[in-house]
Amino acid sequence: MPEMRFTKDHEWVRQDGDTVVIGITDHAQNALGDVVFVDLPEIGREVAEGEACAVVESVKAASDVYAPIAGKVVEVNAGLTESPALINSAPTGEGWFFRIEPKDPAAFAALLDETAYAALVESEA
Amino acid sequence: MAETGSLQETPLGGLHRALGGRMVGFAGYAMPVQYPAGIMAEHLHCRAAAALFDVSHMGQAELVGEGAAAALERVTPADVQGLKPGRQRYGLLMTPDGGIFDDFMVANLGDRLFLVANASRKHLDFPLIESVLPDGVTLRPLADRALLALQGPGVAAVVESLAPALAALSFMGVAEAEIGGIPVLASRSGYTGEDGFEISVAADRAEALAKLLLAQPGVQPAGLGARDSLRLEAGLCLYGNDIDETTSPVEAALVWSIGKRRRMAWDFQGAERVREDLANGPKRLRVGLRPEGRQPARGHTPIQAADGTPAGEVTSGGFGPSLKGPMAMGYVARPHAGDGTALELLVRGKALAARVAPTPFVPHRYKR
Repeated sequence: MPEMRFTKDHEWVRQDGDTVVIGITDHAQNALGDVVFVDLPEIGREVAEGEACAVVESVKAASDVYAPIAGKVVEVNAGLTESPALINSAPTGEGWFFRIEPKDPAAFAALLDETAYAALVESEA
Repeated sequence: MAETGSLQETPLGGLHRALGGRMVGFAGYAMPVQYPAGIMAEHLHCRAAAALFDVSHMGQAELVGEGAAAALERVTPADVQGLKPGRQRYGLLMTPDGGIFDDFMVANLGDRLFLVANASRKHLDFPLIESVLPDGVTLRPLADRALLALQGPGVAAVVESLAPALAALSFMGVAEAEIGGIPVLASRSGYTGEDGFEISVAADRAEALAKLLLAQPGVQPAGLGARDSLRLEAGLCLYGNDIDETTSPVEAALVWSIGKRRRMAWDFQGAERVREDLANGPKRLRVGLRPEGRQPARGHTPIQAADGTPAGEVTSGGFGPSLKGPMAMGYVARPHAGDGTALELLVRGKALAARVAPTPFVPHRYKR
């Protein structure tokens, strides 16, 4: 399994060749509750680091999903449109959101590692 | 996550935590928004079997003394004097300008009236009512009582076995009874559109009663999240969202709660605006809305006509688990209020197609 990194906004980022795959963490999906809709970015969109580029809606509320790394959106998970509940059932697998071609390949290494993310979740509990 | 440190506790706070409830602040109380099952499952379970909600944050009070009903009618257009013993009714408290001060339930217990008001408004409602009471009529807030709501099609069987005296009640009937030896005051009513009961019980017996009810076949706990999606599917207003001091009963489509006699006499606070809105038609109306597709539109979403003209605002919106789609209610200018009218909801700057739709979105299943 390739290494997974994290953001303080509870997204996970996985390196996959020249691109990174992004989704929300199990902690985030659990806090959101049952997801009923997801609004994904357009393919080809250039996003800045920290830019809101997707929205996830649970029964209760809407939440932004941010680009963890600057770059270009090259693919989105079309399966989520029909089955948004995948975000709850498989947050780090089939529930992925979108794929970015990073502007700076080194940006990935600057994200939180698993230990740092676990500490962040702990501190927010 | 909401800070729950400085919040008040209901008598069931310990039980909620023991059941894994996710506690949030609501109207100054620490309340479970959901349990581990989650809002969707809790909602669907309520429509399929039976759900138990803690609504002890709501304000309970008794109004005692000769002329209590007539006195209460000074601030509500509901027909309180015509309410028969053992019956309950929905009513509005009015501002002097004809806005809605709160919505509430009033029951005739024979020798007294029993009131249930919203948690967020009870500290204002009780002084308002007291301000119009003549000598000899007293309002007694019942701060030492809890309120449980048992809702769903499975409730009838549960009550049949535990409290046969309550099983005979029809929708909006009220009776004092015992459940497992615990004295309660129960009304056949609720906030979900389902058959069910709201059960008032002494605070120190509330946990025992809740545990007894949760031990019955098919009964599961449900939190405020499911309560909100259930009431929205049922087309019921939430005070502070869908009705407030600026909305008139006519705009809110709650004219049915105004007694016939009251509409002849116009002898309640705020009557002028209600009368005028009825005579001339209100400028805006509360309507149901069904967005196309799956995307929900939340409260405060702007509504525009198909040609882009501003038409109103969403006041409550979300996803209906039983409806299997998004739903909302809001106020629109009267020309746009007809069922089927095509409108646009501006969600994050993008126009989402929607139509005005009748409510309830999910049919009521009250025991008539």
